[in-house]
Amino acid sequence: MSAQAITKTRWFPGVLGIGSFIGAVLLIELFIRLGLVNRFIVPLPSDIVWAFPRVIIEEHVFSRFFLTAAEAFSASILVTVFGVAGGVLLHQFRLLREATETWVAAVAAAPLVLIYPLYLVIFGRNAITIVAMGFTAGLAPVTLKTLEGLAGTRRVLINVGRSFNLTPWQQFWKILFPAALPTIFVGMRLGLIFALINIVGVEFLINFGGLGQLINELAERYDLAGTYAAISFVILISICVFFLTERLERWLRPVE
Amino acid sequence: MTLPRAAPRFLQPVTALRIAIIVTVLASWEALAASGLLYRDVVPSLVAIGKALFNLLTVPDMSVQIDMLGINTAFTIPAIYWHLYVTFYEIAFGMVIGCLTGLVVGIALGSSRLLRRAYEPMLYYLGPCPKIIFFPVMIMWFGVGPGSKIAMGAISCFFPVALNVAGGMREIDQVLIRVGRSFRANTWQMVTKIYLPAMRHPIINGVRIGLGVCLIGTLLAETKLSNSGVGFLVMQAYNLFNMPLMYALLIVLFVIAIGANALIGRLGGLDDIKRR
Repeated sequence: MSAQAITKTRWFPGVLGIGSFIGAVLLIELFIRLGLVNRFIVPLPSDIVWAFPRVIIEEHVFSRFFLTAAEAFSASILVTVFGVAGGVLLHQFRLLREATETWVAAVAAAPLVLIYPLYLVIFGRNAITIVAMGFTAGLAPVTLKTLEGLAGTRRVLINVGRSFNLTPWQQFWKILFPAALPTIFVGMRLGLIFALINIVGVEFLINFGGLGQLINELAERYDLAGTYAAISFVILISICVFFLTERLERWLRPVE
Repeated sequence: MTLPRAAPRFLQPVTALRIAIIVTVLASWEALAASGLLYRDVVPSLVAIGKALFNLLTVPDMSVQIDMLGINTAFTIPAIYWHLYVTFYEIAFGMVIGCLTGLVVGIALGSSRLLRRAYEPMLYYLGPCPKIIFFPVMIMWFGVGPGSKIAMGAISCFFPVALNVAGGMREIDQVLIRVGRSFRANTWQMVTKIYLPAMRHPIINGVRIGLGVCLIGTLLAETKLSNSGVGFLVMQAYNLFNMPLMYALLIVLFVIAIGANALIGRLGGLDDIKRR
């Protein structure tokens, strides 16, 4: 097999990606061992790998993970309930939509996480602040996506409902809501991701809760290998969540 | 025949409803502030917030010395402008670094199918990770000064720009690329004459998203560890329990963030695309 033929195989890009990542890690290990990179700033990658079991067992990573997951789950439930309800409300009342849609879009674009000191004052340094922050960050995207899904329902479906003399209630539950569900799910996924990002971020910033706090604690102890291991763990978790929700969204999306 | 006169703008239903909502929210806020249902000062009166905002923007409380051409000038300014300046240059440097690296990586990924398939999934899945968790690492690498905040801004900004540019590269009309090649344009000419002009909108969109996350990354880093910048001021207001000042600072921040976002969108012609 020629070199050109190998590069065209289906598996080659994946191998190249993973291979170059491993190569970069080995190169960093070499540079640190040669003294080209200060090991008090960047720990040896092998130390980070060895720190994983220690961090998992001694720092109770799984219980922290479940705490963060519970906070993200609570925020997601709130975001879904209030976001979908908000989207439905804006869809049902056209005047309200015209008056406030740009405001909701502006809120979605605003750096809302910066109000966490305000939530600290209102709710205190506890899980409510973290959940409230996740909820605040995820609400606007879910509302906007719900509205987009409902407004994008095909005219022919609405007309079919009308021809069957459906009541507004039936029209909503039998036609509008099922048609908008894939888009609503996109919004829910966005809301979950926004909530998760903000929850881990606020945990880190206020040094309370699950995985975010773990990173902060290890950094304050100057446990370099542990800090890097904890960061890698959080990255791994967020990649898994992102990947799974993306698969679920694809599965729910109707075939074009 | 005379055409019916349109109702004044403020009497149009949408505007009237907007005014009604704003008035209701402000009245509810004031009622809540007066009722004392929440802890004292958590919801300060609108007058107190307005006063704090006015003082924040106009009362000079910081002396600044400038030594220019041997002439030493000292004057006092409201401290917010100094902190805004610090935050602004951190964001500006972060944006420049993040956008340039994002642009280069995006062009590389977008122009090669192999590179795209090998490395784009990494960027795609790393993009939504909470970037603030890298802050301890940035402190170790760049210190506790502005360097770590600039790095946070750059990391935050890099991902949306790189992914948007890579996506934009794939959307470029192949005819344009073939025209460039038929003129035997070198790589630099291809980038400056074909790729960048054809990708204007995806780049601007990436920069717009990048600005939002860069702002968040920088300000959050300031709230965690700094002695200057608007994020530091917010934390100072929190530590002193000066709630009117905190609300005033948040108002200033949101106005700047939303304004900058709208400005980039307008400059990049994103509004024109939506209207078309």
